[in-house]
Amino acid sequence: MKLYFRYCSIILRSQMQYKSSFFMTVIGQFLISFSMFVGIYFMFQRFNRVEGFSYSEVLLCFAIVLTSFSIAECFVRGFDTFSGTVSNGEFDRIMVRPRNEIFQVLCSKIEFTRIGRFLQAVIIFFYAIPASQVLWTFDKIATLIFMIVGGVCLFSGLFIIYASLCFFTTEGLEFINIFTDGGREFGKYPLSIYGEGVLKFFTFVIPFALVQYYPLTYLIGRTSIKLYILSPLFGVLFLIPCYILWRFGLRHYKSTGS
Amino acid sequence: MRKYISFFRIRFVNGLQYRSAAYAGIVTQFAWGFMTLLMFWAFYKSDMKSFPMTFEQLSSYIWLQQAFLSLFMAWLFENEIFAAITSGNIAYELCRPINVYNMWFIRNVASRLSKVVLRSIPILVVGAFLPSPFGISLPVNWVTAIFFIISLTIGFLVLVAFNMLIYISAFYTVSPIGIRILSVSLVELFAGAVIPIPFLPNGIKVIFELLPFASMQNAPFLIYIGNSDYKNAIFSILLQIFWLVSLIIIGKFLMKKALRKVVVQGG
Repeated sequence: MKLYFRYCSIILRSQMQYKSSFFMTVIGQFLISFSMFVGIYFMFQRFNRVEGFSYSEVLLCFAIVLTSFSIAECFVRGFDTFSGTVSNGEFDRIMVRPRNEIFQVLCSKIEFTRIGRFLQAVIIFFYAIPASQVLWTFDKIATLIFMIVGGVCLFSGLFIIYASLCFFTTEGLEFINIFTDGGREFGKYPLSIYGEGVLKFFTFVIPFALVQYYPLTYLIGRTSIKLYILSPLFGVLFLIPCYILWRFGLRHYKSTGS
Repeated sequence: MRKYISFFRIRFVNGLQYRSAAYAGIVTQFAWGFMTLLMFWAFYKSDMKSFPMTFEQLSSYIWLQQAFLSLFMAWLFENEIFAAITSGNIAYELCRPINVYNMWFIRNVASRLSKVVLRSIPILVVGAFLPSPFGISLPVNWVTAIFFIISLTIGFLVLVAFNMLIYISAFYTVSPIGIRILSVSLVELFAGAVIPIPFLPNGIKVIFELLPFASMQNAPFLIYIGNSDYKNAIFSILLQIFWLVSLIIIGKFLMKKALRKVVVQGG
């Protein structure tokens, strides 16, 4: 853990060497998610509700997903750019070091510029938390925290799957983006609005609805099933199959040379 | 002229090599298009009267957007051009007996076209067979179709002309990443890539429509789905021409100014 913080501070300092570029990227990240927010805003200027969800409830959902995504993307970025690490032979260097590979990949890249997205999410929270008229009792706060933690784990898991597949293909597989970028993009609305089929898929295949839709219904008081407070923990459990896939891929790894 | 044509051909054929990437991309785009349609479908079911077009029209719009994505994606840059500017390799290009602006312009056009050739047809064909209201429908008549093709071509060139300004900005700032992300997210929003411009509130819509960004994908797609009558269609094509000419003039001017005082770093 101490080593990890050392890596953090080194990477932060190196990114701070190009201050203007860093801040421009932060602003850019902010603007990208800002245009997503504007998209929601304009839609609700025209439509009052979608599938029974109001504007502030959708914003709450958006802020939660955006927070988890930005945290995951900041710290697990090494897996997102993993195809480059494999194809340029960097991974061989990682293999010979006496540390866990996952740990080293985690340390290889930390994108502090994602704070732009994160800030956006925080601002939306400031609006959505009072506006959603949720009574913030202890269990609701716990649900919110679980949702964020579960979301971070889920997105991290997806990034790990993406990286594991690079062991077999060397090139990154674009279709995983449907779940990572797509999860961020379409997760801004509660997943139930996309219909039964999509909701089932994101419940049983990839447990995205378990960290997003189901606990959200509890949070805004649509159901009182207490079990939904704990459903985001499936996002944490999701890391287990991802880890197994990673180990499996690691055994199949053939170096590409340098 | 001949050297530009052959340069175009080289780039175009080069782009056609990435076939497996294109097929993977098509799958992604289908999923993306479907999710977008389902999202709008939810809004449509909640309140049909507030929908600014029919759902069939929206489906056509979304599938056209996916089919011609490579023509209008703002973030598709030729990284080598940025690299040439920051690394100083631009010096070689300046030695050649060609206009750098024209060559870069052609280069972008060629690589985008090669992508769209591979991707658009499968998407349009499958889109045409999807059950109504989720499929793409044909244009109302052949006049609309001709207007669409003219407008699509100009819209594409407007986007490339705008991207040229971003390349040129790299002459003025040493690290272009910031400006790149900034302008890309602006284009995505103003061009109607986030949500189609007819969905915007009326007051803002009028301003958005006059900006150069609406002359990119918005104009041809709205003509295709028959959202604008002939008079409007001609007006929007004229507006597109205006923006295309202005952006090229601005780009050429800035390029000239930048090249006059270009400092090649390193040897």
